[in-house]
Amino acid sequence: MANYKYHILICGGTGCHASQSAKIKENFEQLLKEKNLENDVQVIATGCFGFCEKGPIVKMLPDNTFYTQVKPEDCREIIDEHIIKGRKVERLLYLDPKTQEHKSDSKHMGFYKKQMRIALRNCGFINPENIDEYIARDGYKALASVLEQNDPEATIEDIKKSGLRGRGGAGFPTGVKWGLCRPNKADQKYMICNADEGDPGAFMDRSILEGDPHSIIEAMAIGGFCIGATKGLIYIRAEYPLAIHRLQVAIGQAREYGLLGKNIFGTDFDFDIELRYGAGAFVCGEETALIHSMEGQRGEPTFKPPFPAVEGFMKKPSNVNNVETLANIPVIINKGWEWFSSIGTEKSKGTKVFALAGQINNVGLIEVPMGITLREIIYEIGGGIKGGKQFKAVQTGGPSGGCLTEKFLDTPIDYENLVAAGSMMGSGGMIVMDETSCMVSVAKFYLDFTVEESCGKCSPCRIGNKRMCEILDKITKGQGTMEDLDTLRNLAKVIKDSALCGLGQTSPNPVLSTIDNFWDEYVAHVVDKKCPAGQCKALKKYVIDPDKCKGCTACARKCPVGAIHGTVKNPHEIDQAACIKCGTCIDTCKFNAISIQ
Amino acid sequence: MKIQKQLKDQIVEICNSFNNDPCNLINVLHQVQGKIGYLPVEVQQVIAECLHIPASKVYGVVTFYAFFTMTPKGKYAVSVCLGTACYVRGAEKVLEEFERQLGIKSGETDATGTFSLNTLRCVGACGLAPVAMVGDKVYGRLTPADVKAIVEEYRAMEK
Repeated sequence: MANYKYHILICGGTGCHASQSAKIKENFEQLLKEKNLENDVQVIATGCFGFCEKGPIVKMLPDNTFYTQVKPEDCREIIDEHIIKGRKVERLLYLDPKTQEHKSDSKHMGFYKKQMRIALRNCGFINPENIDEYIARDGYKALASVLEQNDPEATIEDIKKSGLRGRGGAGFPTGVKWGLCRPNKADQKYMICNADEGDPGAFMDRSILEGDPHSIIEAMAIGGFCIGATKGLIYIRAEYPLAIHRLQVAIGQAREYGLLGKNIFGTDFDFDIELRYGAGAFVCGEETALIHSMEGQRGEPTFKPPFPAVEGFMKKPSNVNNVETLANIPVIINKGWEWFSSIGTEKSKGTKVFALAGQINNVGLIEVPMGITLREIIYEIGGGIKGGKQFKAVQTGGPSGGCLTEKFLDTPIDYENLVAAGSMMGSGGMIVMDETSCMVSVAKFYLDFTVEESCGKCSPCRIGNKRMCEILDKITKGQGTMEDLDTLRNLAKVIKDSALCGLGQTSPNPVLSTIDNFWDEYVAHVVDKKCPAGQCKALKKYVIDPDKCKGCTACARKCPVGAIHGTVKNPHEIDQAACIKCGTCIDTCKFNAISIQ
Repeated sequence: MKIQKQLKDQIVEICNSFNNDPCNLINVLHQVQGKIGYLPVEVQQVIAECLHIPASKVYGVVTFYAFFTMTPKGKYAVSVCLGTACYVRGAEKVLEEFERQLGIKSGETDATGTFSLNTLRCVGACGLAPVAMVGDKVYGRLTPADVKAIVEEYRAMEK
């Protein structure tokens, strides 16, 4: 690396990849070759930078210049200006929406200022397919020190004291989990990594695996040593081909360097990792279901106890940790538990990665210290609501979580506070909604998901959620009654109390939290037969105001079903029978002549 | 469908590469589907024989997981993301427009085997929401008005 004068880091995450980041890399390489600069400038595809809204991202080192929304045809200008002439390409720099100033260093951007990167420390900094770059950033140092110290109990104690809790959702203390598995005697134990990220709208685990796969391998080896396992298994979604590829490359390199395999670091500790593929089942995020799936069965959960620590994969003691949880382990060991436990709130330590999405200006992957408020996340990091609209709710915890309203904006985020507010941490999806989102539809959206993904083993989840979903469907069609709202509450309570696994028990949360926080909106659907957000199709009608319509024909041309009729310069009309209520006309009209009734 | 000997040999070979271990059923199904595109009952029977498990068990697993399919996909597999981020930015309308343009419902393949339409949960490109994929190509920031052009792009290739 020493010979290069410049490094061009290009985001190779899924979002940027979809916007041609591979082509950008190719263009840079070709142009550098043309100009005989290939020995002076290194081009690297890294993991996700997090700022997906402004992707594809290109970062220049050593001067830390952060270019946004780069197109393949911009490569020439970047090389000519930035590298050859030493001038920044102003138009590609991030434009601060408040001050209208260009910012060249990511440190000064609102999006990054309040973030703190522990789990994502290497994402966007290193080439994930090169083990040397990971090692150069203290990689495998934690494993070396744990093996040298040779006191697994002391390491478990350190993890306990750090206060690290499971980042997959429920927040069980990681050190305690390891401590429960360690004493169980067996001829074989398993250290399992749960990379079955099924929460729609959450993609942090994928970003860590794609951007920093070695951190997971290192953490699994440390965990394996602590609990006494020599085999590691990563259960990963088959829908993540890039993450699978990066893991395979990383495992191969680690084996080559002797960091996996026999006698690691010359000790008598053996450890190796295998991949197991998921096949698209949300319930497999639950650890007993995940274990059954790895055994080649249907991914149905079983009653706990026995816990996997006693009877897990192939009936042997096993420990299951989530990807993000594991990504914290090497840092805790390197920097000490005191450092880690100094971050966050009393009961929730460290940071949490959130996938910030929805109606917000800066969509992306963020990592923030526990205890930050929703207001800081939405307005400072997220840059506020898109299009200057009004904030309505934020949904955390995915299908197991709830919708929080304005009154929770200043609540410090941690495991306990989110549960108290009727939601949960979950795996970290954070969807921001504005005034145009109908909360009944949102509840129905999540319930549709649960119904589709319910494994069907226990009847409260299989039948109860289906019934709730039918009632919500009725309400969104304007056929609900007040009695239905009571039934919803009752069903929700029964499902919470009686479902077999964590997923079933939390599945009514989106319904309960929206009923609690948006009661008026439910009543409007039921009593007034109106959808205040104007989203429920059966309850709305698009009409053209003949006084405002200029007869420009723009809407008629855009209408996908040809439902708008009229002649040039005369007011148009919408054929209600043909209208599919897609809303394209309203977005097209320049005269605000179309409204929803 | 009747299984040709050559295809059967390929399936047997895949099962052998996993030591015919029933624990590896899901890995076997992934590889077989990767090879022939779908998992009809006849194929499941061959796998069941190799792994020495009942065919009903293979069927149970195939139908449990969303990734496995028993019907062949179209030449151009359209998948509309219905993850939460895409949903709140209007993915449902995009899906409806695809259904209209292709003349098939989500989960179906058209009569000529050219297009199939599916939904999926989160591509991980939430910054581009709403998102749809045709094969491996991702189309982002979609509105219903964009759909027609996308479909026509592929129809044109067929002509």
